[in-house]
Amino acid sequence: MSKRIDVKDLNVYYSKFLAVEDVNINIDAKSVTAFIGPSGCGKSTFLRTLNRMHEVIPGARVEGEVLLDGDNLYGPGVDPVTVRSQIGMVFQRPNPFPTMSIRDNVLAGVKLNNQKMSKGEADALVERSLRGANLWNEVKDRLAKPGSGLSGGQQQRLCIARAIAVEPQVILMDEPCSALDPISTLAIEDLINELKDQYTVVIVTHNMQQAARVSQKTAFFNIAGTGKPGRLIEYGDTHTMFSNPTEKATEDYVSGRFG
Amino acid sequence: MTTTSLTSSRGAGRAGDKVFSGATLAAGCLILAVLFGVALFLVVQAFPALTASPDMIKGGEGFFAYIWPIVIGTLIAATIALVIATPIAIGVALFISHFAPRQLASSLGYVVDLLAAIPSVVYGAWGAAFLAKEISPAYNWLASNMGWLPIFQGPASATGKTILTAGIVLAVMILPIITSLTREIFLQTPKLHEEASLALGATRWEMIKMAVLPFARPGIISAVMLGLGRALGETMAVALVLSSGALTASLIQTGNQTIAAEIALNFPEASGIQVSTLIAAGLVLFVITLGVNMIARWIITRHKEFSGAN
Repeated sequence: MSKRIDVKDLNVYYSKFLAVEDVNINIDAKSVTAFIGPSGCGKSTFLRTLNRMHEVIPGARVEGEVLLDGDNLYGPGVDPVTVRSQIGMVFQRPNPFPTMSIRDNVLAGVKLNNQKMSKGEADALVERSLRGANLWNEVKDRLAKPGSGLSGGQQQRLCIARAIAVEPQVILMDEPCSALDPISTLAIEDLINELKDQYTVVIVTHNMQQAARVSQKTAFFNIAGTGKPGRLIEYGDTHTMFSNPTEKATEDYVSGRFG
Repeated sequence: MTTTSLTSSRGAGRAGDKVFSGATLAAGCLILAVLFGVALFLVVQAFPALTASPDMIKGGEGFFAYIWPIVIGTLIAATIALVIATPIAIGVALFISHFAPRQLASSLGYVVDLLAAIPSVVYGAWGAAFLAKEISPAYNWLASNMGWLPIFQGPASATGKTILTAGIVLAVMILPIITSLTREIFLQTPKLHEEASLALGATRWEMIKMAVLPFARPGIISAVMLGLGRALGETMAVALVLSSGALTASLIQTGNQTIAAEIALNFPEASGIQVSTLIAAGLVLFVITLGVNMIARWIITRHKEFSGAN
């Protein structure tokens, strides 16, 4: 229930502007891969191309291939809707649907597939997903209450529960802890650690300690200057990336010497 | 040492604050005073009609017998207008906010807003001179094919000046206000929630059902209520389009009347108790509008917990 991702010669454009240039990367299944780099280097943009969410932005387009276990996401006849139901996403700001209860939030994605589900099955799925997101014990007595009543960290875990309820192959996380306090961040990091037993997890983070704590592999993105495209500078085992990187730029960035 | 830097205040800023809060308070009180004044006027002026002996009132059977057919007529016309206008308005608004290319969207929005600027008498003239004539074959068809439904019972009016035509004209009139309000609400849907549903594998329509419409629900209700207010109170268009008569269930026969049109048509020649009767009719319309708005408020607050405002 988890697949690997291989990216070949990927360029991302906003209209004519080349935002990310020539990325080649192989992301392992059942592991956590972290993308680090300064703001504006294109790591979030690149993350979005992994489930075609960049298409929401007017003018954004890609060239190249993203292979999910060998199947090109950008192949002819591939529906972005299908892609996204297999590659889930968690956003920077927690975004549970405010008009839905906690229970309905978890079931939101499943209901899309028009599967007829008995109440018992739905209850079991809600419990399984919320347990999977380490949230069950905190919300089990108020499943009918609105999701917006939870704390920020709980809301983010609710979003993770919502993402894993559809049983995706891959979970993409775009700075999932940047709006959270340290305690909630810790809870999410623990959760990411558990998720990798079942899912391929890709996480964008500004927090290098976080990348070091949660990921097996790290990719460092950088830009040469404003108006230049972002590039993948170095990609390797997290341990090596932080202790003994090959590139000077990586070393400068992870050691905090970067501008 | 009682005067510290904390106790001294900036005089000017404080005065500006007071003026501003005074002005807003005055504005708030004024609207209540106007509303109260209108209500008081209606009650005082209507009182003779409400207490007069039955044979004094038009129709000769008392105020209640006089008013209820035109209350029903008003509600029928407004309901037809809402049933037609609401889905179209929401559809157009969604098209403008989420489907149309940007350039088309802005010009379409402009055209819709322009519809709101047309005076109601023009709509009335259009309805009476053009729509009624053009639509009467359709009424004939309805009468012969769906005549078993009481609302389409024949024979259809030859002129086409029926309550259904009036309702259609009202629908066109309230379309722009509902469209522009709902469009604004749809545009305010947080990107965050739209992306959340897309990332779960929602199609565009599913995203709209999941994120946009639930978020916009209170706004849609408010917009529809404003449209309803206009439909209930619209005078000229109905007066011109509808050839009025006794209350009848069939929408395609001549007959029925609305409160506003009844007042407008009869007021110029009315005197004495007749004036009171018409003002009492106005009071009833006032109460209906108030009731409708209270129900709408109640529907909106019922779901406050899930509104996303918290």
